[in-house]
Amino acid sequence: MSTTTTLEAVTRGRIRRGRRRRAVLTGLAVAVAVVFAVSLMVGQTFYPPADVLAVILGETVPGASFTVGELRLPRAVLALVTGLCFGMGGVTFQAMLRNPLASPDIIGISSAASAAAAFGIIVLNLGETGVSVFAIVAALGVAVVIYLLSFKDGVAGTRLVLIGIGMAAMLNSATSYVLNQAGQWDLQAATRWLNGSLNGSTWDETVPVLLALAVFGPVLLAQARNLTMLGLGDDAAAALGTRLERTRLLSIVAAVGLIAFATSATGPIAFVAFLAGPIAVRLTGPGGSPLVPSALVGALLVLAADFLGQFAFDTRFPVGVITGVLGAPYLIFLLVRTNRAGGSL
Amino acid sequence: MTSDHTLTVERLTVGYADRVVIDSLDLLVPPGRITAIVGANACGKSTLLRSMSRLLAPRAGNVLLDGREVHRMPAKELARTLGLLPQSPIAPEGITVADLVGRGRNPHQRLLSRWSADDDAAVAAALDATHTADLADRSVDELSGGQRQRVWIAMALAQQTEVLLLDEPTTFLDVSHQVEVLDLLTDLNADRGTTIVMVLHDLNMAARYADHLIALAGGSLHAAGEPAEVLTEECVRAVFGLDSQVITDPVSGKPLMLPIGRHHVAGERVRLP
Repeated sequence: MSTTTTLEAVTRGRIRRGRRRRAVLTGLAVAVAVVFAVSLMVGQTFYPPADVLAVILGETVPGASFTVGELRLPRAVLALVTGLCFGMGGVTFQAMLRNPLASPDIIGISSAASAAAAFGIIVLNLGETGVSVFAIVAALGVAVVIYLLSFKDGVAGTRLVLIGIGMAAMLNSATSYVLNQAGQWDLQAATRWLNGSLNGSTWDETVPVLLALAVFGPVLLAQARNLTMLGLGDDAAAALGTRLERTRLLSIVAAVGLIAFATSATGPIAFVAFLAGPIAVRLTGPGGSPLVPSALVGALLVLAADFLGQFAFDTRFPVGVITGVLGAPYLIFLLVRTNRAGGSL
Repeated sequence: MTSDHTLTVERLTVGYADRVVIDSLDLLVPPGRITAIVGANACGKSTLLRSMSRLLAPRAGNVLLDGREVHRMPAKELARTLGLLPQSPIAPEGITVADLVGRGRNPHQRLLSRWSADDDAAVAAALDATHTADLADRSVDELSGGQRQRVWIAMALAQQTEVLLLDEPTTFLDVSHQVEVLDLLTDLNADRGTTIVMVLHDLNMAARYADHLIALAGGSLHAAGEPAEVLTEECVRAVFGLDSQVITDPVSGKPLMLPIGRHHVAGERVRLP
């Protein structure tokens, strides 16, 4: 049936789009690596790449061993892995619900993890593991509550988003209340649990997030194609052999896991989960799975925003303030567009 | 190369929440033919189609493909034999026609398998069959309604199933595009022997293009058979609650239904030679 010219055009087009995707992925990976390296070298004192490498390899370099090994490296690694988690977890929700506003940091899932982490640390005095587990349970619980509240003949994206925004507001005030009650309303704690911060990062905080990424990341990647199919609508996806309930269940658990572990370490770094997916899709084109490109964009956003926050201004700003400034205009843009389109995205 | 897959419905009961939509329905879809399902709004046409492709689980009874219960078949295995184009699928923002049609290959791909030459060939054949090859690199958002519907059909064709179900494939299309889509499905049936089952709103289009007509009324089968047997004035009254005159379509030789409302009816009924 098919003429050779059509076949050639189809093959050529696919190769061209594949090439663009690989080029974007390579570019993003290189950019992440560069910002990561720069944030290890640059600071109050500059250390050349050779010193940084020596420290990473475990050698003792006077000065650098402490500054790079104990301060900059854990911070940069935590920025990298939380960025990957936020980027991948965020776009999973956006793809699954077919709505860019349905990102976990808009619909209250990050706020749940954050409120639980603040409560766990400040009121219950839990350890690292306890806090992470508490955060993931709270985030899953809130995800279920939002889902049930927005359920009426199926889940409509816009209703879910609105209920989620209300839920986020409620949980954020709960976080403020906890911070207040505990008498620890210092700027450090407040920014961490309300906006997200990497100040004072340690390896103890980084390891659970790394483990979460190692466990939940592959689960999500295995669902990549199914998630892409969900973009066609439930009926079309199912008719093409996608198992809807299984895909949703695995994706929600894995994405909430990534978000909750990352949030329990750094707080809900504002808008990273929300921004990473749309930026990644804009760069790669809408054809393939957005999971890996979003993870890379998330990492790049967190690393770059933290670096800017530390060194670009007279005052040091926590990372969440910088990403918040970047994300807020995009949120307003989307809300305006939703309103104009009569609530459908 | 006519498809010999048998699709049968046995005592099927389906519903949403506390409402039964289809009640104990028996059906047989003739293999290798075009079947159209017609009926009034909310009579269960789409529900029937959705449960035939296992999007809805039955409360009782079965849908059998070659004697196997479709609701117990592995999802991808079923999707390699039976395809469904739903009423309003969603095109992801900015997606190209070629990528969208390529998604029809999903049931043929495994978790880690790479895109193969077979996949390219299936996409190219689907684009050619639907005359959408020149749109391949365009974004679906830019297309007209008629072009877009052809692209969705191309996606269903790329799935390469021998049974294809379509839920109102001509809705929202103007009459020339309706004819174009139905001609396309007829070509597909003639060239590949694909068994086609479609829900159609337009009774006359259904009578003209289908080999087998199924009339549903209130979730039950009213009549099934050749259009000439099924489309009668009694049937239109029973199914739609409408008076009508059924004549022979001078163009196709199939039955043509002329509705009789309260107005614009001449004293004498129309008599065509």
